[in-house]
Amino acid sequence: MAETNVAQPISLDPSRRRRLAEFWYYFSENRGAVIGFWLFVLLVIVALLAPVIAPHLPYAQYRDAVLVPPFWEEGGRAAFPLGTDPVGRDILSRLLYGAQYSLFIGVVVTTIALVGGIVIGVIAGYFGGWIDTVIMRIMDVILAFPSLLLALVLVAVLGPGLTNAMIAIALVLQPHFVRLTRAAVMTEKGREYVTAARVSGAGSLRLMFRTILPNTMAPLIVQATLSFSSAILDAAALGFLGMGAQPPTPEWGTMLAEAREFILRAWWVVTFPGVAILITVLAINLVGDGLRDALDPKLKRS
Amino acid sequence: MTAILEARNIVRDYHVGGGLFSSPRTVHAVKGVSFSVEKGRTLAIVGESGCGKSTLARIVTLIDPATAGELFIEGQKVDIAKDKLTPEMRQKVQIIFQNPYGSLNPRQKIGDVLGEPLLINTDMPASERRDRAMAMLKKVGLAEEHFARYPHMFSGGQRQRIAIARALMLNPSLLVLDEPVSALDLSVQAQVLNLLADLQDEFQLTYVFISHDLSVVRYIADEVMVMYYGEAVEYGPRDEVFANPKHDYTKTLFAATPRADVASIKARLARKAAA
Amino acid sequence: MPLLEIENLVVEFATAAGQFRAVDGVSLSVEPREVLAIVGESGSGKSVSMLAVMGLLPWTAKVTADRMDFDGVDLMQLSPQERRKMVGKDMAMIFQEPMASLNPCFTVGFQIEEVLAVHMGMSRAERRARAIELLDLVGIPDPADRLGSFPHQMSGGQCQRVMIAIAIACNPKLLIADEPTTALDVTIQKQILDLLVGLQEKYGMGLIMITHNMGVVAETADRVIVQYKGRKMEEADVLTLFENPKSNYTRALLSALPDNATGDRLPTISDYLVDEQPADGAAS
Repeated sequence: MAETNVAQPISLDPSRRRRLAEFWYYFSENRGAVIGFWLFVLLVIVALLAPVIAPHLPYAQYRDAVLVPPFWEEGGRAAFPLGTDPVGRDILSRLLYGAQYSLFIGVVVTTIALVGGIVIGVIAGYFGGWIDTVIMRIMDVILAFPSLLLALVLVAVLGPGLTNAMIAIALVLQPHFVRLTRAAVMTEKGREYVTAARVSGAGSLRLMFRTILPNTMAPLIVQATLSFSSAILDAAALGFLGMGAQPPTPEWGTMLAEAREFILRAWWVVTFPGVAILITVLAINLVGDGLRDALDPKLKRS
Repeated sequence: MTAILEARNIVRDYHVGGGLFSSPRTVHAVKGVSFSVEKGRTLAIVGESGCGKSTLARIVTLIDPATAGELFIEGQKVDIAKDKLTPEMRQKVQIIFQNPYGSLNPRQKIGDVLGEPLLINTDMPASERRDRAMAMLKKVGLAEEHFARYPHMFSGGQRQRIAIARALMLNPSLLVLDEPVSALDLSVQAQVLNLLADLQDEFQLTYVFISHDLSVVRYIADEVMVMYYGEAVEYGPRDEVFANPKHDYTKTLFAATPRADVASIKARLARKAAA
Repeated sequence: MPLLEIENLVVEFATAAGQFRAVDGVSLSVEPREVLAIVGESGSGKSVSMLAVMGLLPWTAKVTADRMDFDGVDLMQLSPQERRKMVGKDMAMIFQEPMASLNPCFTVGFQIEEVLAVHMGMSRAERRARAIELLDLVGIPDPADRLGSFPHQMSGGQCQRVMIAIAIACNPKLLIADEPTTALDVTIQKQILDLLVGLQEKYGMGLIMITHNMGVVAETADRVIVQYKGRKMEEADVLTLFENPKSNYTRALLSALPDNATGDRLPTISDYLVDEQPADGAAS
């Protein structure tokens, strides 16, 4: 008995390592994905270490340093490497802390949308019939609205604020997951291993979530990555429109909104938050493409 | 001898269409088929694609209900269209599918594949489930180190062994084999057929063996039923059917089966030389 | 002079796990008017070697050979363009899945005429006449009407007949059939095999029949090559192979046929290949 207990982890390990190695082989074939991946890792590190590496507090106002340009411009100061905003806060520090918000928004929104979408999608795909029709027509209605407009309406109903904005964005993103899960479940449902599990006596719940669901995860992971970036983008847009995070929160979209009137006089107040959003979203989208290459068996060359 | 499985006048209709431009129509997949199999025997159902043999397999395995007719398993009448299937009845009939690559869950380790039927149907402790699964794994010719691997690491023949092991975990009395060896290589096919024969001897299993390959059927079956467009055109003991086929279709089928013996090769080469 | 002559063909694939050698030093030749069967189980490299001859392998494959001559032309020296001209005209191939080999978006007639347009440069009327002639030749009733049919409107056997029509459209010198009847029913298989051999005799083509089915070999071949794990195990004319097989592997294959069962259990490969790994033992 002791022998078998020892044998198990050993025989398991190479399998998992081999799968990981294979995954990395296909993932790293996509140069952009690898760059995106390291950029994203850097972003996470920066967000986690923001309190340590940021030169100033995000809310600290320096009355003597209003709209100081970046350090390489004339009049720039080394103390404020990317300059200051109209009320004298250090832009670099606010961007670093803002990364926390962006990642937080991405994680929360994607989780809500993913979990909700999976549950609804599995039910629609598994049961079919009128349940499927009702669910999918509701999803079609949600998809028919421009996503930002719908989020805006929802926030207007719920009241502005980061939490409500996140809920609104999650609701808007959810139909994509529902559709994807439903389609994948419908394909898997007809496979023989599902029938075999049914013949073993498995009930509906077990079939749905233990047997079928794990086999539909690959496209969902890809979609989750892409949703992560659109969540950040939508949250920034809502922030810019004054419906998301409220000032003085150092959220990137809100930072853009606050500096709107100084665009012509001080380019740095809008450029750097904008670049931060651009790089983050680009990095995550690149990772998503790489994941698709690595996880989609149709694209794999044997 | 007791009949493990008895089917009387099984009918299965499918309703198709009813779309925008087509009126609904009824397809008769199985048109009143009757047969019975005794304990420890093998009934082979032979036919080409679309003859209704797989539909019949799903009815016998209690996956789909029959439209009409009566099905008795161990003398008990089963009708899944009316009554809910009891777990005891569920355990009595198991199935092996044709495609060994589709019938195992790719995300499930072999140990879990084998343990799942016990987990669902019994309240056995995990250690006992594990021991039983391990014992069954060895019984079908695989080794202990295969227990924690995933299906993609196995060849087709090994997967089919795993599928057989899973089907046997619940001690069924009837095993429906839906083309179990037609996706396998010749040498592996022989191994799996041998395994099935061994298991039948050991557990007194009853087989319903569905196949289109007459040479396999001739080797494994006790009784043979030939199906053609949903009807059983020929039904009888193996030797009788092979020696003296009555229906025209059975004769055509036998004539079309390629022969791999020296005499027929010689005959063919002689024909060719003469032409 | 042989129609196709290959010496020491090696095909390797680059995979995540490194180089994988699918074909390992196979030599073969086909005479005009000859039916050569290549028999082997999955993973024996029988299809890969023929795809290599056709130049149809993906770019991850590395093909080397000491010699690869077709009809006096060295295939290794041809440019991709010249090779593409040859493939489909002088050398044609049909595959296992007839439904998947035809384009579901176009009619059967269009797909036959496309080949004629590309390789023969016929006029529209000539193409149509030839297409009808071809469908008639492969035994499809009402050929003129069937030109307008889509693949999904035909049965598997009829699709395979259309594939054969496309393959022989340009009077090829060599036809390669890769498991042409595996996906078909036994009665249809018989018809297709008879059709293939009949056409081969009528037009004097070379025919390479790739199969795993010993029955198909026995019914069609003049000469047989047995392959196992990328290597050639045996080469013999069909009667010798069945009557007096030389290699252990061939003997094992023949005795594993349920037809030849003598006792209660079938002999398996491992009973013959004591020192070699049985095919079932390797993880895929």
